[in-house]
Parts: sequence; C-alpha cells; structure tokens
Amino acid sequence: MIQKEAEKIFETKELNVNMGPQHPATHGVLRLVLDIDGETIVKVTPYVGYLHRGIEKLGESLSYFQALPLTDRMDYVSAMSNNIGYCVAVEKLFGIEVPERAKFIRTIVGEMSRIANHLLWLATHALDIGAMTVFLYCFREREWILDLYEMICGARLTVTYPRIGGVRNDVPQEFLESLWKFTDEFPSRILEYETLIDQNRIWLQRTVGIGVISAEEAVSWGMTGPTLRGSGVPYDIRKHMPYDAYDKVEFEVPIGTTGDTYDRYRCRMLEMRQSNNIIRQCIEKLPPGPVMADEPKFTLQPKDKMMPITHPTKEMAYFIEEKACKGCGMCLRACPAKAIFGEKKKPHKIDQALCLQCATCFVTCKFKAMKIVPGGKGLSDEKLAELAAAPVPEEITKAAEHLVKQFEFIKKGPKVPEGELYVATEVPKGELGFYFVSDGSGKPYRMRLRAPSFIHAGCLPRLCVGHLVADVIAAIGTIDIVLGECDR
Amino acid sequence: MAVTEVRISIHPAGLNPKDIAEKIKEQFPDQVIDVAEFRDQVSVIAKRDQIVPLLKYLHDDPILSMDHLQDLTAVDYLKKKDVRFEVVYNLYSTKYRHHIRIRAQVPENDPKINSVVPIWAGANWHERECFDMFGIEFTGHPDLRRILMPEDWEGYPLRKDYPLQGPALENDWPGFTEVLKRSKELREFEWEG
Amino acid sequence: MNINNIISPEQLEALIKFGINVLIIIIKIAVVLGVGLLHVAYATYFERKVIGHMQVRLGPMRVGPHGLLQPFADGLKLFFKEDIIPAQADKPVFYLGPLIFMAAAMVNLSVIPFSYSFVIANINVGLLFIFAMAGIGVYGIFISGWASNSKYAFIGGIRSSAQVISYEIAMGLSLVGVMIMAGSLNLTDIVRAQEESVFGMFAIPQIIGFVVFTIAAVAEVNRTPFDMPEAESELVAGYFTEYSGFRFALFFLGEYIAMFIMASLATVCFLGGWTLPWYITEVIPFIKLVPGIVWFLMKVYAFIFFYYWIRATVPRYRYDQLMAIGWKILIPIALANILLTGLVKILI
Repeated sequence: MIQKEAEKIFETKELNVNMGPQHPATHGVLRLVLDIDGETIVKVTPYVGYLHRGIEKLGESLSYFQALPLTDRMDYVSAMSNNIGYCVAVEKLFGIEVPERAKFIRTIVGEMSRIANHLLWLATHALDIGAMTVFLYCFREREWILDLYEMICGARLTVTYPRIGGVRNDVPQEFLESLWKFTDEFPSRILEYETLIDQNRIWLQRTVGIGVISAEEAVSWGMTGPTLRGSGVPYDIRKHMPYDAYDKVEFEVPIGTTGDTYDRYRCRMLEMRQSNNIIRQCIEKLPPGPVMADEPKFTLQPKDKMMPITHPTKEMAYFIEEKACKGCGMCLRACPAKAIFGEKKKPHKIDQALCLQCATCFVTCKFKAMKIVPGGKGLSDEKLAELAAAPVPEEITKAAEHLVKQFEFIKKGPKVPEGELYVATEVPKGELGFYFVSDGSGKPYRMRLRAPSFIHAGCLPRLCVGHLVADVIAAIGTIDIVLGECDR
Repeated sequence: MAVTEVRISIHPAGLNPKDIAEKIKEQFPDQVIDVAEFRDQVSVIAKRDQIVPLLKYLHDDPILSMDHLQDLTAVDYLKKKDVRFEVVYNLYSTKYRHHIRIRAQVPENDPKINSVVPIWAGANWHERECFDMFGIEFTGHPDLRRILMPEDWEGYPLRKDYPLQGPALENDWPGFTEVLKRSKELREFEWEG
Repeated sequence: MNINNIISPEQLEALIKFGINVLIIIIKIAVVLGVGLLHVAYATYFERKVIGHMQVRLGPMRVGPHGLLQPFADGLKLFFKEDIIPAQADKPVFYLGPLIFMAAAMVNLSVIPFSYSFVIANINVGLLFIFAMAGIGVYGIFISGWASNSKYAFIGGIRSSAQVISYEIAMGLSLVGVMIMAGSLNLTDIVRAQEESVFGMFAIPQIIGFVVFTIAAVAEVNRTPFDMPEAESELVAGYFTEYSGFRFALFFLGEYIAMFIMASLATVCFLGGWTLPWYITEVIPFIKLVPGIVWFLMKVYAFIFFYYWIRATVPRYRYDQLMAIGWKILIPIALANILLTGLVKILI
C-alpha cells in the first residue's frame, strides 16, 4: 500500500548498465546490457559479433584442406577438438575411413583438449567468483598439456594437428610416456582444486541454486555438452553418435539433477576424471599402423609419397620459351620475386638475377611455355635458350608433373561427391556441428558451423533474470563460452 | 545437487530416418516436395507454408519426439535451383536418437518464413543469424535484429552474390594504402639470401 | 631590546618546554608518517610475495634482489602516470574524494599506541576517535563513487557505504566488551588493563568479540571475501574505477593504512598491544629485554598475514549474503557478547 503510494509520487527507473565488450569477467568481447533494479537483474540483452571474422564465408572460398586452420581460430582454448570435429565431418563427406591408430591418437588429443578446456573454464569461473588461487593451480596443469601438444606438433594453441584422413604425424614414444605420467598425476591435482572450493561454504552459497534450468527447458534452448548434462539430460555425442575410438573405450557420462551452477561445475569436474581414464585406455590400446588414410584422391599424403621424385631446385634455371609464350601475364603477376617482366601479349622474360627458382611461374603457366633447364643457374639468356631447346631428362619432367599435380590438388581440392551432411562432435563446450553442402567441386558450397558457445550465449537472459549482479558473472562462467567460437 | 555418473549405451536406437520421412509424407502429403538421402542422412524438402505445424508435429509426436533443434540455417542456391533459398532444420531426438533434416524452400522475391521460436526457444538466435546473413525474415520472431554484423550493415554477407573481398584498396583508409605500398617496396629485400 | 623585559624566566622556561613538546610531537608525526608510508610500500610487496608463494609462483622477482625494489618502481609509475579525469565528472568533488579517504585513514595513526611511551596523541576517547574517522572515510568512498559519474563507480560506492556502515556497527559492538573489561576508551589504558588481567590479553575472555571483530575488520577494509565494492569481476574496480595515476595511489595508500589500523586495533584491544602475557614473561624472563614495539609489530603483521591468507583461499560473497551475515549473524552475536560480559562484570 505504502509502496504503491510511493511509486505514484516518485518515478523510479531501472539503472541501465553496459557490461563489456571490455570487461574483466566477460571472457572476451561479450557485451551485456543489464537493466538493474537495485542489485536485481530485470533484463539482460547480450550483444555478440565483435569477433566476427566470417569463417563460414571464408570456408566457401577455400578448399577443404585450406579451411582446416580456420577451425583452430574458433574455440581457441580447445583447438584440437575443433580440428577433430572438422576432420570427422569432412571424412564422412568424402566417405573415407581413418586408420585405427589415427583414431586412437585423435581420441587421446581430443580428450587432452577437453581437460585443457575444462581447466581454463574452472580457472576463470573460480576467479570470477573470487577464488584466485584455483586459477593459478589450473594453469599449472594446463601448461603441462600445452607442453605435451608442443611435443607432438610444435604448436601450443592453434595446433592443426588432426588432418583430413588421420593426423599430421605419428606420436613419439616420449610423448606417450610423459602423457602417462600426466594421467598418473592428474587425479590428485583435481583433488587439490576440490579441496579449495568443492565444499567451501562461500562457493556453495554462490553456486547452488543459481541459474537453474530444467531438463526440458535446457533441451528446448538448444543447450548441449556439460551445460545440458548438468540439468540431467544424458545427451553425449560420444555415446549417441560415436566417432573416432569412442566406441572402443569405456567411460561414463556424469549428469546432474537440479541444473544449477554447482551441478554443472560437478559435471565438468567428473568429466575431467573420465577424460583422464579415456586417455589411459587409449594409450594402453593404441594399435600400430599408419596414421594417415591411404586415399591419395582425398587426403594430403606425406611429401615423399606425393612427390616421389624431387630435385635440387637451386641448381636449375627457369626459362620462357618465346614461341609458346602468349604474354598472358599470369606468371608475371604470380612471381613473388618480381623477376618476370615484359609487355602484354608479348613474350615475357625472366631476370635470372632475381629469380628464386620457386616454380610458381612453372605451375601457373597454362601454355607450357616455361621450361626447366637443369644446371642452368648463372648462365646467360642465349645459353639458356640453347639448352632449353634440348630435350629435358625424363626425371625432371616427372618431377615437374608431380609438382603441378600437387599444386592443383591443394588449390582446387579433391573431387567430392555431391550431397549435404550434418555431422556433430562432442567438443568440450558442447555439440560442434558442421553442415556441409557440396556441389561436387573441391570447395564446400556452404559450410555452416553450429557453435555451442553461440547457443549458450543466447541462453544468458534466461539464466540471469531475477538474480543479482554478481550472479551474472557466475552465469557467464557456468555456460563456458568462448567468443571466438560464438562470433565465428 | 547430486551429480551421478551414468553409463549410456552406445548403439543408437530409434527410427530409420527414411521411416520418419514416410511419416511426414503421410501426415503432410501436399507439403513434401522431395526426399533426398546422402550418407544415411535423410532430408525432407518441404514447402514453407505449413512449416511450423510440420515441425510442431515432429516435436510433439510421442514416437518421433524431436526435442533437440541441432541447427537452423539457410543455404543460398543462386542460379543452381529454381527456388533460391532453403532454410535447413536439423532435428534430433535425445530420447530416441534419430535424426532428420527438413529443408524449407523460400523464394527470392519474398524471403519470409514463419518462426519456430514457440517450439524451440533456442531457435531465437539461429533465426536472428539467418536473418543477418541471408536476409530471410522470420515472421513472428520476438526480436528480429542483426546479430553478428553491426546494426547498420548493408547487404547479407552469406548470400552468394555478396562479394568476398571489400572495395578496392584505393578507396581504403589512406594510412593503410601507405603501409601497403611500403611493404611492397620492402618485399624485394625479404627474398634475398 | 632585552627579552627579559617581556617575559619572565619562568615563562621562558615554560615556553621552551612547550616548544620542545611540539618539536617532539612533530618528530613523532614525521616518524609515524614515514614509517607508515614505507609500511604501505612493503605491505604490497609482502602481500604479493605471500600470495605468490601460496599460489605456487614467485611473485615480484625482477626489480632488485627478489623484487625488493618493486614497490618503489610501482610508486614511481603511479606518480608519473597521466591523471585522467572523466569529462562528465563533478570535478571539485572528484578531487576531494581520495583526499578524504586517505586523510581519514592517516589520522587514525595518531592515536595508536605503538609502545608504552610512543603515541602521538594519548587521548581518552581513542577508540571512539577511530570509529569516527572510519565513518568519515565512508564519505570519501561515497563521493568518489558519485563524482566519477560512472555507473560502475556509482554501484561500487553505494555497495561500499552500505557495507562499511553495517560492519561498523558489528565492529563497534564487538569492542564494547573490551571497553567494559578495561573500563576505558583510552587505547593505552586498554593495553594496561590487559597487562594486569589474569589472561594477559582480552582475546581469551573476549573470544566471541574477537572473532566478530576479525570478520568485521575484513569487511571494513573491503578485502576478500567481502571485497564487494571493488569486485573486479563485476564492477571492474568499484568506486575508484575512474581514478588513475596519483589519485588512484591515494586510494591504494588509504586502503593499506586502513588495514594497518585495523590490525593495530586488534592488537591493542585483543592481543595485548606491546605487552606479553605474564605467564610467558614468567617462564622466559629475559624476553622482557625485547622492546615492546617489536611485539606490537609482530602481532600486527601476523594479523595482516591473516588477511592475505584469507584472500588466497576463499571466493567472494555476494552482496546480499554479505549484508545478511552482517545484520543477521554478527550483530546479534556481538550483542549477546555484550550482555554476557556485562553479567560477568556485575557478578564478579
């Protein structure tokens, strides 16, 4: 009664607070516009897109091989899983089978990336809620995993280690040994984090009953991964649509009951233990054999397989045959050293002093005017013309053929059957789906990425409204988003 | 507050996607245009007029129970097909583990389709993105705004007639062209040695 | 002109005495101020090292041996940094905010008895004076939050004033027990009363008050887990979000001095100040030779270490939970403690 009277006299208005895109707790460039009444959230409007790089559009203009590194840049904290997701989808589209050993290796690195991702999630989630020490403890172990990544592929963050048809290279024995040591150690480290926060009264007060979402609602909102399983829906793509070696290892899927922040936290903690188990099983069962599918039409084979004959490039010279050259200017534009000169529609010439023998002009020339002169380095143009007229040794011609073939294969991509396909994989954040529409060329006609972070960011208003300002931070943490993936 | 670990069986149960397509055909005989199959995945190509009842049927039917909207997107078939756009719904049942894809045709001159937000709340952002990238309007959407691109952006980037590159560099920011020129000059030195 | 014509020798003597007294006080102030500022510099270093080692890292290591010169480097940086003032800020008030905050904290140093004879102003209402100054400090926080004309600073300011005011009540009530036992508000008298008491320090009979005071003190100086006003993950930096350069340094200074004051207050009121309990001096007699200031500082730093330890261990409370703890738990407990102490005092 009194309040109503007061409302008549005083006009009240919600405070409109803009949180982000630069804010310590928004994990990147998420922007939230909060309408708050005192400390209570009345309305949340998320704005995304600050990191939009048009990966879908780029994918349509690149061949299947070339688009692989783009997926690293989506969810940059678990790049391995994204690579695997992309490769699994493309392999299904090509219809090729991956060797057994490669499948196990992929499962190992996939689970490593799940642990690395959950560690980063726990670190930032705990830091947002105020537990600063957990942050540094988690980074200690994440660093260990990144070092292991470095051991197998030389990169730490954007790895591009899994390739279409297998993996880039076999794993060294030392890697397996240090990984085994890691898996021995890791469960005790998880216990260490849990002693800090698991039963901490403040942690419980901040997470239990915050951001509750029921099972039906969570499915309706399109939640996936641990975010969904916290609500008690046993949906795990590793079990539902097994890929790689997940049907050959034993593991359990943790699910929660109430669907609050604490349940999701527990799910992820248990998932890390399961991942640890999976890695151990995979190392034990790792079969011998090749790591790349023997499908030269669809995959990038090792270099010695693709170009069986190589030749010392430095010793030879390239020469343009005047008769054959139409003066189209293709080589002139392609030359990285600007060694080719000449007018339009007239035969071009190579400045031998500038030439790098990179073979770019050789590959671009459509009229076969480019000639390779073995041992012709440092000779004058007249002498080269003389030599070029002579028949080229077969070895060189073959090597040149391989070169052109390789070039075309990378640039244009393989011949892919026409069709469309949606393939989902379980990345640490949820369900990463790739939807390809192929028109028979080497480039996808349409490449669609179903990013879990994007969907989860859309659920934020549902999770936050009615809670307090501090709970927004907990909600952002609990859905585990990375804006690189959200905005693509 | 109790989290348990459960063992989920691996082998997928559920209906064959072809049977689901048959069911849809039975229920909406005049809506289904075609059924396509590729690598064990079945797409049902449908008209857009009855798309919401069709999807609602898939969602509500106790045997189908397609509760999970995996993905909603569009494809631009410029000059490839008679009807330019197709809105694609990838549906999955978390209960029975079957998958079906519905493709609804949307013509170029009237790019409109009814929104499915009342069925799946998660479709909200998918549809906004679709509108942002393809310019397809979702009638009945609660808040149809651009999402990834800036609000004042012109054009729809994922349409096939949208250029991949930006305008020519001459019209670009003057400082940038200068940097570009300089890097061209310096490029000679990079290749030496 | 002869000076004897104006004032008599006795008067001259009195004047000289007065002058010497003033000089001594000025020297005392200079010493306390200098040591206080140096303390702040090294308290930050101490904090970073302690928390660093708790978090399996080293803390500052680069500037000087073991990073010992780091505080000076930080101070220098803050000093030479550009002073940015928001265009929409209420400028005079914006300037005033950090000054009030720091001055209110600094003035408290004058009534803290560091040892038996070393206190700048031995006033009879020392405890009340500290409360009053803490009350004024809230104005510094609040007006700086208001004058910044930023929403984060505004929310931080409101949160902070609400928090400091509520916890001041709990803190004041927790100290009433000490006042009853000592029968005085003079801080030196409180220490003396402890020295003469059976327990040697009030932390033992006043254990409830001590616990309430410790919790309230953490909240009073806005530290984890009660660092709501400057919760960096929510409000960026709370009330001093818009401050930079030396103005920011003033807040920083004020906060660390306030921490020192709270630790000193705990030492003086509960831990026996510069004295040791008689049962220790009885057992080890030669320990008496150690000057009282050493014990005082050791107790203070133990208390400060406790602050750091909490910070490295626990997460942060939510605002409503914080207020609930203050009003629903601490204040009733403190009131019950007063009742209990009063009853015991009457009975004995």
